[in-house]
Amino acid sequence: MGSHEISYAEYRTIGRGSGPFIALIVALLLVIVAGLAAAHTMDSEGHHITGMNNRIVWGLPHVFAIFLIVAASGALNIASLSSVFKRKRYTPLARLSAVMAIALLAGGLMVLVLDLGRPDRLIIALTHYNPVSVFAWNVMLYSVFITVSGIYLGVLLAPDAGDPKRARWVSGIGIVALSWRLALTTGTGCIFGFLVARQAYDAAIMAPLFVAMSLSSGMAVFILVLCATAYWAKRPQPGAAFDATLGQLARLQGIFVALTSYFVIVRHLTNLYAAEHGEIERFLLIDGGLHPAIFWIGQILLGTLTPLALLLGIPWLIAKPPSAKRIVLAAGAVVIGGFAWLHGIVIGGQAAPLEIFPGKEIIEGDLIDGNPVGYSPTLPEFLLGLGGVASALLIIVIALRLLRILPKSLSGDADETDAVPKVSEASGSGL
Amino acid sequence: MRGENDLPAPGDKEESFGSSGAGLGGDSESGEAFEALFAKRESADPSTPATEARRHFLIRIGALAAVSGIGGFAISRAIADERSSGEPVGAKIRYGLFVDADRCARGCDACVRACNEEHGLEPEHGIATDPQWIRKVTLLDRRSGRISTLPLMCQHCEEPPCVDVCPTGASFKRADGIVLVDKHICIGCRYCVMACPFQARSFVHEEVTDPKPWSPRGKGTVESCNFCVHRLDASKESEGSASRARPACVEACDTRGYRALVFGDLNDPLDPVARAIAERGGQGLRPDLALDTKVLYRGV
Repeated sequence: MGSHEISYAEYRTIGRGSGPFIALIVALLLVIVAGLAAAHTMDSEGHHITGMNNRIVWGLPHVFAIFLIVAASGALNIASLSSVFKRKRYTPLARLSAVMAIALLAGGLMVLVLDLGRPDRLIIALTHYNPVSVFAWNVMLYSVFITVSGIYLGVLLAPDAGDPKRARWVSGIGIVALSWRLALTTGTGCIFGFLVARQAYDAAIMAPLFVAMSLSSGMAVFILVLCATAYWAKRPQPGAAFDATLGQLARLQGIFVALTSYFVIVRHLTNLYAAEHGEIERFLLIDGGLHPAIFWIGQILLGTLTPLALLLGIPWLIAKPPSAKRIVLAAGAVVIGGFAWLHGIVIGGQAAPLEIFPGKEIIEGDLIDGNPVGYSPTLPEFLLGLGGVASALLIIVIALRLLRILPKSLSGDADETDAVPKVSEASGSGL
Repeated sequence: MRGENDLPAPGDKEESFGSSGAGLGGDSESGEAFEALFAKRESADPSTPATEARRHFLIRIGALAAVSGIGGFAISRAIADERSSGEPVGAKIRYGLFVDADRCARGCDACVRACNEEHGLEPEHGIATDPQWIRKVTLLDRRSGRISTLPLMCQHCEEPPCVDVCPTGASFKRADGIVLVDKHICIGCRYCVMACPFQARSFVHEEVTDPKPWSPRGKGTVESCNFCVHRLDASKESEGSASRARPACVEACDTRGYRALVFGDLNDPLDPVARAIAERGGQGLRPDLALDTKVLYRGV
């Protein structure tokens, strides 16, 4: 295990004086400005310029925001693997993990706050606190998560973090962070799980489903960012050790995708078993217009089966272990699947007709009654969502520039702790 | 929790001190005494039976003091004071609406238009972002084929999910049961809209151009039927008594001659709304959710 140890001096900042690095910063800033401009337009004009209405009150910004929030807690797992589960292979990546947790959550919260009807009243969320509101719990969960992740990062960044005498501190804050991240995603799932009025939600399984999804999407985003820094900034230097670690991450990614699909299957099967949920399941899976298509193509085909095939291989078709390219493709598919999943949860759940009059059909009513109401997101919503993603990426890039986040290279014997062959050896097969 | 049709019998008290009285005195007489004391405190009208109860109380309290001593009396009075001062003002009143769908005319939207007029709503776009405090729906019973039409608005639940989920407490329930939104602390998160089982809430999607001074509205906040609370408060005769004013929709329905809506104090057995429910029967929507709604429907 000791061969994975990396000295403080090995961690370096990136991007100093680099043209592409400055171009990246400028590009991200442009997207953020576009997002802020979109938010300003929504705020001054009102939400009628969006695709949202009195039936679909949470739209695309919520899909982006929840994805980022869920991915934030998932991204922190790599640090937990190192500090809590003592997998030293991941120790060099723990700092990036903590930075990403903070950055993704900040990006998600930015979208969530700017999509409020009155974002100028955000402070009221702190001065007037309703202790029974799941939303209010989440305000607390997010605030503490950022604080804990910040402390965790501080402890990891300390020059003597690798000192055995400091191990208890690192482990202690790691356990707190792990517990809190589980609480956070449980709380996010409960935002939907506690909505008794809506047939698409109102289920305790929402909490573990969100936890599983956070593991999967957080890992996918982490893999994408790590590969981007490795291949564009050579930090950590690609090589045998990097491939071995990436192979390990890919294996975990496969497990998390499978775990998520398990909860998705259980959720739908339990609903299908109960006659009272027949209609909502029919809507979400068969005849709900766009929503079943997004479920089957986006969530199942692209978000579940594709990454599983890419990561785990298919006999005679796709060899294992996966190449780095396949791992990146799989992670991208998981991200697409995550958005599809959240689209189904957030928008599909609202689009489904509410059961206000059981046993009766609304034959005349308002636009928000009866039949599914369409939702076509507009450009400002999309730009706001992208602005959140760009903000998260900008925080990560700035942290990589200013702090010693990543080591020059991942050292250690790749075969020491696992039996996964080196990725570079297998890269000729498969894709 | 009280069921939708479980109106109090004429002799019932809204709150009983029986338990605390029995707990202190250990006999049913002292329990009655405290009950009588409470009845007096809550009563605004001196001609009610509370005056008699007070007399009985004074006689009995003398006997009680002789048995349990002046200390027991002091403690019991202190507890009685604590309970009554902690009581929210007007908690005896439970405003409610009775909707007789058999009298509601298909195609008539007088209640909706009256509501829009009263609160300065502008639903002229004909799109799903328009504010809708009341909407008319026509239902087909899948089994019997029966068609019914009715107005649907905030059901003013006794256990309102919108109040539970509101992060800032902007969504709240008044002591008299009316569910409202405090427009000053609503941050526009729309979680209450998600939580409402009746889709009764609207989000203000654009600038309010014609605000009414009695009905504050604001872009970016959530709103819903408030039983025309400004009318109720303006015409309230005295503290503790129900207002004789009626919401605009009820008035409009009466003016059109349908009389499908009856409004009043559900806790007062002599009130027209309580009598209408007692005579014609009524049921809340989604009783399975146990929200104890205060809009009760007949003929749905």
